[in-house]
Amino acid sequence: MSAVMKDNDWIRIGMLDEIPRLGARVVETEKGNIAVFRTATDAVFALHDKCPHKGGPLSQGIVHGDRVACPLHDWKIQLETGLAVAPDEGCAASFPIRIEEGIIYLSLVPNEGCPDTV
Amino acid sequence: MAEKLVVIGNGMAGIRTIEELLKLAPEAYDITVFGAEPYGNYNRIMLSPVLAGEKTIDDIMLNDLQWYQDNNIKLHTGKQVTHIDRNNRKVVTDDGLEESYDRLLIATGSNPFIIPVPGNDLPGVITFRDIHDVDQMLSASKEFKHAVVIGGGLLGLEAANGLMQQGMSVTVVHLMDTLMERQLDPPAAKMLQKNLENRGMHFLMQAQTEAIIGKDRVEKVRFKDGTEIYADLVVMAVGIRPNVELAKEAGIHCESGIIVNDTLQTFDPKIYAVGECVQHRGMNYGLVAPLFEMARVCANHLALHGIGRYEGSVTSTKLKVTGIDLFSAGDFTGDEQTEELVFQDAARGVYRKLIVQDNRIKGAVMYGDTLDGPWYFDLMRDETDISDLRENILFGQAHLGDSGHGEESRVAAMPDTAEICGCNGVCKGEIVKAISEKKLFTLEDVRAHTKASSSCGSCTGLVEDILASTVGGNYSQAPHQKPMCGCTEHTHDEVRNVIKEHELKSVRAVMDFMEWDTDDGCSKCRPALNFYVICQWPAEGLDDYQSRFINERAHANIQKDGTYSVIPRMWGGHTTPDELRAIAEVADKFKVETVHITGGQRIAMYGLKKHELPLIWKDLNKAGLVSGHAYGKALRTVKTCVGKEWCRFGTQDSTYLGIELEKMTWGSWTPHKFKMAVSGCPRNCAEATIKDFGVVCVDSGYELHVGGNGGVKVRATDFLCHVKSEQEALEYTAAFMQLYREKAHYMERTAPWLERVGLTYVKEQIVENTENRKQLAERFLYSQKFMQNDPWQERAEGMDAHEFNPIIKLDDSMKRAS
Repeated sequence: MSAVMKDNDWIRIGMLDEIPRLGARVVETEKGNIAVFRTATDAVFALHDKCPHKGGPLSQGIVHGDRVACPLHDWKIQLETGLAVAPDEGCAASFPIRIEEGIIYLSLVPNEGCPDTV
Repeated sequence: MAEKLVVIGNGMAGIRTIEELLKLAPEAYDITVFGAEPYGNYNRIMLSPVLAGEKTIDDIMLNDLQWYQDNNIKLHTGKQVTHIDRNNRKVVTDDGLEESYDRLLIATGSNPFIIPVPGNDLPGVITFRDIHDVDQMLSASKEFKHAVVIGGGLLGLEAANGLMQQGMSVTVVHLMDTLMERQLDPPAAKMLQKNLENRGMHFLMQAQTEAIIGKDRVEKVRFKDGTEIYADLVVMAVGIRPNVELAKEAGIHCESGIIVNDTLQTFDPKIYAVGECVQHRGMNYGLVAPLFEMARVCANHLALHGIGRYEGSVTSTKLKVTGIDLFSAGDFTGDEQTEELVFQDAARGVYRKLIVQDNRIKGAVMYGDTLDGPWYFDLMRDETDISDLRENILFGQAHLGDSGHGEESRVAAMPDTAEICGCNGVCKGEIVKAISEKKLFTLEDVRAHTKASSSCGSCTGLVEDILASTVGGNYSQAPHQKPMCGCTEHTHDEVRNVIKEHELKSVRAVMDFMEWDTDDGCSKCRPALNFYVICQWPAEGLDDYQSRFINERAHANIQKDGTYSVIPRMWGGHTTPDELRAIAEVADKFKVETVHITGGQRIAMYGLKKHELPLIWKDLNKAGLVSGHAYGKALRTVKTCVGKEWCRFGTQDSTYLGIELEKMTWGSWTPHKFKMAVSGCPRNCAEATIKDFGVVCVDSGYELHVGGNGGVKVRATDFLCHVKSEQEALEYTAAFMQLYREKAHYMERTAPWLERVGLTYVKEQIVENTENRKQLAERFLYSQKFMQNDPWQERAEGMDAHEFNPIIKLDDSMKRAS
């Protein structure tokens, strides 16, 4: 597995095909895991792999629509923003993703708007 | 540009429809609401407690003006719509305001009926319908003494009680000879009347009002027999009439209400109607639950989803008078085809009557102790066969022998600190607070906001009771047939039938065929669908791993810190030194933090890292250890005692039978976890009578028991039958498991399933019908051909490698630039 830098912050993490549809894979970093999700429509999102509720690994949840259900207590987290679906409150940090020719690139600089950090 | 939706009526039905619509299609319409009253939207059913001084107007407001602003809804309060111009699609108000519409929703509610007697327009003669009426009653109670309430129905008695609480002397005048004759039978009505009389309320029964007399204000009420009584205030509460004038004038077809079809559409396809003003299949409804069901369906069609039908409601009633508990539902009078089950204890003031037809509850009347009302109501709506419950049914749910929650069920008397939901640590006070502050109406709402009853569900009944006692008894109970989840209108049973009939062999195929509302379901329906598909089509059905919970995807149990536990199978609780050595070596090699003996006679290892699982399994496999499926909705364990091989009391070889049972059933997926046990004698050391399927060996053969579980709500098994040979025991086991697999809803254990369908049904299918039993057993064994592959071995050999490994590990050199 080789990680090749592209542009500034973008890290090549793998091919789209390596993530099952309606599934997720984990990117291990030294500061913690990042879950990379693939929806039914092949949209890809990255979130801190830690549910804002009790820290459950979101990568292990069931992906449906634009959400993932945490495997521990079934909180629903929005993949794009990392926000918990109301009435639950909280958010997991989200990270920019770029896909070019089936290759997924991840930035480790989290999107703004969520106090959670990795 | 968004289409324009105009709503006439700012009451509970109209606004509930808007709320449901905003959930489905927030941008679909520009919404304008006309309300005759100068307020936001309030909970009309709670006016009685306001009158009685138990709640304030603020307590019962549902949506304040800010809510309308926040949702971009134009609200015209204090304006009466006087004309609907259908040709030009616009409405006109009394002050000349015009508003055009693309779709119109009529929710004009109902008007109190004013009896046509002289003097009915005198000052001091009022109805009981809105905040204004309550204000008038409250101010009259400060100034005057004598109140007369005409009408001894639900509303009349609540008004009378409220006025009495405010210090007035109250006489209730009723045309019939018993109170609340539309909800109560004569014995219950008499008990109610006596109780109210003891509180100081006066009654004039079979009294027909002839005139209301007074000069500047009401002074007296005169009856047909010539008697007169003093009255400073007269409240007319003799019934309501759907408010159809506006619709009628616009040429929309009306009878006693505005006629609507199952989609809540009137005869003008641009115009919908909901609530008390409508007539649906010949019925008018005046309770909240049906209005909410209508709102849900109507919103669905306004949002152009085009599914969902309103098929009428079964309703129940409670009287909102503090300290008086009565409950009524369905047909409480009965006829030649029905039987009555009656319990009466006059001294304690308790009365219960159930109307039963073909072993199904058709109606119920309860007085005094009504805690079981919701239970009877559920049995009635679900048309549950009560033949197995009959003996004790009148004593209530607590007396059915489930020692789990019986005595806790005294909800109203519980302190706020009482824990209701043990799973999520939710106390009564929190639930009550959430219901009142967040204006919650349904069980789903309460679950979403408080998490109470959202895990194991065993406290659902308690939460429903709290909801009922907090919102006033008329809360929106779930519709008759519960949909699988929010993604569809279809029920579990409908889905299963369609999967079979239309040969649907994947989750995707089911969702497409049955027109799922969501693109790819949710975490509730997808695992259920996946089970239904592979249960029906064991050979060719597509097992969609992405629709399985993580435990069944990873073939291990996820723990709270994201690590996993692993439990190898120990057939019938038997193990060997070699197996124990293999487990010890794995525990050493992978630095297992905790090794634990489970309740199912096996050894569990905790704290394992996901990527190590296939390596651990490889080592375990070498010693012949395979997956114990301790993580699945599947056959778990077969617990045994050592039986006659060693035990001096043993009657049969229970260990051997246990191992045979486990060899036959391992690997099968079931609606929920499935546990078995075999005890070698009636001393029952293997605790077979709290298992899903239990065998108790006796000298003459094997007693088979079904439908038990330990867990949150302990349930002892029901005795199924006695068989003579091991071979028969195996066949009955296979047949029972298959029946459960084919008929139960996903996530429904055998205990609640058995209570739902009845032991009689299971006996018919398995004991009495030999041919059917053999076919069930055959289908089970056929399915097992495709299920008995050790998932650990498959993964140790490389299957689903992506499941267990990160896509990439980033080390420092790669992160440098970030």
